[in-house]
Amino acid sequence: MIWNEAKECMSRDEMRHLQSKRLVKLVDRVYHNVEFYRKKMQVLGVEPGDIKGIEDLHKLPFTTKSDLRDTYPFGLFAVPKTQIVRVHASSGTTGKATVVGYTRRDIEIWSECVARAFTQAGLGRDDIIQIAYGYGLFTGGLGAHYGAENLGATVVPMSTGNTKKLTTMMKDFEATAIACTPSYLLHIAETLEADGDIDKIKLKAAICGAEPWTEQMRKQIEEKLHINAFDIYGLSEIMGPGVACDCIYHKGLHVYEDHFLPEVIDPETLEPVAEGETGELVFTTLTKEGLPLLRYRTRDLTSISYDKCECGRTLARISRFKGRSDDMLIIRGVNVFPSQVEAALLEMGETAPHYMLIVDRVNNLDTLEVQVEVDEKFFSDKISELENLTKKIAHVIQQAIGLAVKVKLVEPNTIQRSMGKAVRVIDNRKLV
Amino acid sequence: MFLKQLSVFIENREGRLEQVLDTLKEENINIISLSLADTSDFGLLRMIVSDGEKGKEALKARGFTAMLNPVLAVKLSHQVGQLQVLLSEICKAGINIEYTYALATGNDDASIVIKTADLEKAAEVLQKTGVELVSAEEL
Ligand SMILES: [Zn+2]
Repeated sequence: MIWNEAKECMSRDEMRHLQSKRLVKLVDRVYHNVEFYRKKMQVLGVEPGDIKGIEDLHKLPFTTKSDLRDTYPFGLFAVPKTQIVRVHASSGTTGKATVVGYTRRDIEIWSECVARAFTQAGLGRDDIIQIAYGYGLFTGGLGAHYGAENLGATVVPMSTGNTKKLTTMMKDFEATAIACTPSYLLHIAETLEADGDIDKIKLKAAICGAEPWTEQMRKQIEEKLHINAFDIYGLSEIMGPGVACDCIYHKGLHVYEDHFLPEVIDPETLEPVAEGETGELVFTTLTKEGLPLLRYRTRDLTSISYDKCECGRTLARISRFKGRSDDMLIIRGVNVFPSQVEAALLEMGETAPHYMLIVDRVNNLDTLEVQVEVDEKFFSDKISELENLTKKIAHVIQQAIGLAVKVKLVEPNTIQRSMGKAVRVIDNRKLV
Repeated sequence: MFLKQLSVFIENREGRLEQVLDTLKEENINIISLSLADTSDFGLLRMIVSDGEKGKEALKARGFTAMLNPVLAVKLSHQVGQLQVLLSEICKAGINIEYTYALATGNDDASIVIKTADLEKAAEVLQKTGVELVSAEEL
């Protein structure tokens, strides 16, 4: 099933035409309504009339997260506050929150995009969907909720925090789908397993997002729960969950590019990279009214493909994220992404998929310790076997990231399961 | 013929050993013998307890990784060198000894827990020397 076939399956030419038309209008709007963009464009010597279509996109200025922080709280809003019907905010680790605002039409488009994603996951009005993202300032809960309601499904607004209640209702209500973070879903699966309830649920699909995860983790979730798991992507600055989502073929995430124009650029030179090459994902919000953004740098690393998908959609697909340009750790001069470690551990399959990276600097040399939980299946009464397991894990990680690591086995359930974004890295280096 | 040993993974963190012992105490499980092998990062607690299954479940419920595995226990007389004789018999048979520790049965004679690569074969070798194996019922 396709929610909006006219938009999701249009030809590339039609899509470019639609995007161009919308981009011209957007540039005109932000130039006249947002002082920040007017000034930025004036500095670059660009006027709205210079932008005739998406081929002129490169002339426009970039927007970064710090631009949003610097204009806290409402500085980049493009409409009077009377037209803003909702705000969300993400807590910044470095101080001020990032505040985003939506008009009534923004909320409608958001619900449309999430409904497209849920449809891609094979869901419809007959389904009972548990929304187990946090409700509140975080966009996850309400974003998924409105989309699921728009779809016509029966929505159970669980939010996060009470896993027992969630699993009980999952059984009693015969829920067919859940939307939550992948690490929380693994925690839910562990709870169901421990209670011997895996066979008592009717779940068929999970729509997971809001934190980086790997293809192996997706498959592990599918096997544990006997469901299809889908990867939904979004960020509050652009909208929230539902900017892109993968389909049953799992060959990349379809970007709802009639609303969010994607680019992939080299984070150093800021030039676009070729189709299929990895770079930083950048979005221009073609239809946003409340908080329209030009060329917003997501920091997420991906590649893009414009080939038609087997599912029939012509929407561009972005590959599963290869990390974030700002999650990237530079250890002894080597670029390391936590997702590489996760992929290596899951592929090896002899540990629980929970890990923590601890970076430190001892005698001016960076050290990387990887803490891994001992899985019951690979536990042994012999020190030598546990030490061999440690060595094997260290070897597999070294192969993946090209750096020697110290592996430390830790007790099960000591590494936190997140309900929001998982903390995978502790960097103790004091850089002076 | 074999005893069930309860093995538990513990991180080298303060209070973890105590939590294992507390858990067993709460379940009214008696620890007959205990040995702690440790590395710089973690410890491996091996125990012979009054109810291995119950102990394992209780520890798992508390979030520990625990397992049961068979080991041999033999009774030793107070003769000088008897342990050396037994162990060398096992070695002569080409069986690798993984670890041993003392078992407190409460009786007057001393006993020892032995874990080898091929337990069946080790038991055979030991029984040929005429020593008595400790059975689960005796504990
Ligand atoms: Zn597809």
